[in-house]
Amino acid sequence: MSSDDVNKGRRRFLVATTSVVGGVGVGIAAVPFIKSWMPSARARAIGAPVEVNISKLKEGQLLKVQWRGQTIGVLHRTQAMIDGLSKVDSRLVDPESKDADQPPYIHGETRALRPDYLVLNMHCTHLGCIPQLIPQVGPEPFDEHWNGGFYCPCHKSRFDLSGRVFQGVPAPTNLRIPPYSFLDDNTLIIGVSPKGAV
Amino acid sequence: MKKQAIILFIAVLLGLTSFTLSAASTEGLEHSGANIRDTASLQRGAKWYVNYCMGCHSLQYVRYNRLAEDLGISEDMLMQNLVFSNAKFEDTMKISMQPKQSKAWFGKTPPDLSLTGRSRGPDWVYTYLKGFYQDENGEWNNTMLPNLSMPNVLWSLQGIQTPVYRQETTDGYTHEVIDHFELTREGAQSPEEFDQTARDIATFLDYAGEPAKLKRKHVGVWVILFLAVFTFLAFLLKAEYWRDVH
Amino acid sequence: MAKVESGMSRKANALLDWFDARLPVRSFWETVMTGYYAPKNFNFWYYMGSLALLVLVIQIFSGILLAMHYKPSATEAFASVEYIMRDVDWGWLIRYMHTTGASFFFIVIYLHMFRSLLYGSHKAPRELLWVFGMFIYVALMAEAFLGYILPWGQMSYWGAQVIINLFGAIPKIGEPLTQWIRGDYFISDATLNRFFALHVIAVPLAILGLVLLHLVALRENGSNNPDGIEIKKNKGADGHPVDGIPFHPYYTVKDIFGVGMFLMLFAFILFMWPEVSGLFLEHDNFVPADPLVTPTHIKPVWYFTPFYAILKAVPDKLLGVLTMGASVLVLFFLPWIDRSPVKSIRYKGTWYKVLLTLFTIAFVRLGLLGMAEGTPAQTWEMRLWTLVYFMFFVLLFFMSPRAKTKPEPDRVTH
Repeated sequence: MSSDDVNKGRRRFLVATTSVVGGVGVGIAAVPFIKSWMPSARARAIGAPVEVNISKLKEGQLLKVQWRGQTIGVLHRTQAMIDGLSKVDSRLVDPESKDADQPPYIHGETRALRPDYLVLNMHCTHLGCIPQLIPQVGPEPFDEHWNGGFYCPCHKSRFDLSGRVFQGVPAPTNLRIPPYSFLDDNTLIIGVSPKGAV
Repeated sequence: MKKQAIILFIAVLLGLTSFTLSAASTEGLEHSGANIRDTASLQRGAKWYVNYCMGCHSLQYVRYNRLAEDLGISEDMLMQNLVFSNAKFEDTMKISMQPKQSKAWFGKTPPDLSLTGRSRGPDWVYTYLKGFYQDENGEWNNTMLPNLSMPNVLWSLQGIQTPVYRQETTDGYTHEVIDHFELTREGAQSPEEFDQTARDIATFLDYAGEPAKLKRKHVGVWVILFLAVFTFLAFLLKAEYWRDVH
Repeated sequence: MAKVESGMSRKANALLDWFDARLPVRSFWETVMTGYYAPKNFNFWYYMGSLALLVLVIQIFSGILLAMHYKPSATEAFASVEYIMRDVDWGWLIRYMHTTGASFFFIVIYLHMFRSLLYGSHKAPRELLWVFGMFIYVALMAEAFLGYILPWGQMSYWGAQVIINLFGAIPKIGEPLTQWIRGDYFISDATLNRFFALHVIAVPLAILGLVLLHLVALRENGSNNPDGIEIKKNKGADGHPVDGIPFHPYYTVKDIFGVGMFLMLFAFILFMWPEVSGLFLEHDNFVPADPLVTPTHIKPVWYFTPFYAILKAVPDKLLGVLTMGASVLVLFFLPWIDRSPVKSIRYKGTWYKVLLTLFTIAFVRLGLLGMAEGTPAQTWEMRLWTLVYFMFFVLLFFMSPRAKTKPEPDRVTH
């Protein structure tokens, strides 16, 4: 009967419409519950950016702070340290930091926004120990041609004064660089990228 | 079905006669007029609180940055006006007073007030703040918490009131009750101004007890509207199929 | 041979075939949905079963999410609930879902049980269905009691104190029993932690199992209906009851509408009035538990207050506990207490309408009195309604086989 066909069309329409509206409702309703898994206000507070005053950091000195459970180092590099970076390129695994975990606004050998301040995640990329800063140039027991850098006591990985990893050591990649920026000439902030940075 | 529904309805109605909710009663409380949607009142209440109350009473569950967001003020404005310690913007409103010390000083540790607005209600807070008086012994007392150990920290604003008593007889037993208060020493604020101050603090504590209250009703309206649309469609769908069933 | 379903693409059909060759998908669908014939005269009272299932899902869902942030220790529990309410994004929504759901569970279940009192759904051959339902009800009460301690507020602590102390009334084993329940000499962290485990895992599993049994028992004999007549007695040429309609699509579509109406009411409470003036969320529970300070007025949440009133009505502690227990236990035996030859209130005499009305008033009134302080006048009233409560069952037992009934129809009416 023709009225039956009309009914079926109406039914299909109503089933479809109700299902779509219901589906949209379920989709929208899911959002708050999924969001509840995001870091809470407490986690965000604990993981908040850390301001670092570098006005008293002397040349050649390394300052360490905690950020999101990680030890972050700030090294005030001398001009000699910066100039010496290119000398070790041939002995590095990734001199241009192509595979390194660093923000997109960090480039080149200096791996820093301002070459005189290196900001590093101090955890060795092998198994997480904190390497020691050995800045002096000269033969060391672990490296005859040591040009200054970081030496990890746990499994003897070595990194240069930009945190780039040497060949032939257990650590696979360069030391990580966290997001950071300069609030002013004397203050760094770890955890906040520069405004408009790409 | 209608008959049963009517019977049930009448039964429940009869049952509900002479019903008094014992808890959360507002008997004996002044009406505060607290309105958390009055952002100005909320801001003033926050200011009064951190200046007069927070020396002893923490708000351990309230976070400064959330407060700034709900009060509609910037981080700088909050840090300058409402933070007197070295707390950070993300921190909770804790205080430095040690509970053991304060218990020794006052006899009782001043409680955290994060949830007082919720457990007692803003009307209670309002009546409490207005209910301080100096009794015959020259000591601070309060209509809501008789013989309390807390002094009236707002006395410089409210002034000092003393009670005027009257005789009252209940069950053959005659005793004194407070009839009204007299302001024996004026404060920096007039009675109306102080009422507003008490109202602002009550509003602030009402908000502090449940910050989500600012948002949930607004969300709820949309949810119910959406559900109404869905239910209407569901009704049409049901009616369409049930045409088969006579 | 694969059946091509109407409205399904060939690919979807092929997928269904794959599953159907490995799991009884099609036959299950036929058994419980398209081939399950339910009476066509279901009214308002018949929404409650599917709504109860919905609330169960809501509670499990919101409960799991809460358990991701809640800390079941005496030092951290209260603060963790405030953490959920303030620091967890949308945590307040999850918390209110759970508290609103708890109260709505009991509203739905009480209406669900009341339907049975109206239409005799507890009577043969559905006695076991009723008994399983009663076990679910008792499990639900346990679940609610266990859950209420978790926020570790004043009412959590002192409510648990009062109820656990009731077990101390049992002669000889009372004291050691209360220690065994608490896991300590007083209500403490040990009690909280084990109640958490029971509330999150043990009792929900029991409830799920019982619900499954309840549904299987329902499927076995089919549903009752407002006229209380067995639709299977009147089958048509196709072998199906003439007064029956397939559950799918007719009751799936009707229950979806019921869900919509329910969710609107649920959302109203959740977003606009989650405390319900202290009935759903008690004000005293926003004060952290303090073993040294007793609240002025200890009372259970509203859904327990009828039984609490019965407990308070009896002056002796042990007798009070036994009477309260009896008030729940007597319900288990309803299928054998109600000896009426007809199921539905529609065909019983006026006597039953009067009895049921009085019973309802008694239950509601006891509920209200259970919330009150318990003045001497209120205590006497509690005793009166307790008597009415039990007399319902006594009178039902004696009057039901004898009373005159109206003739039942052959076909369902409205």
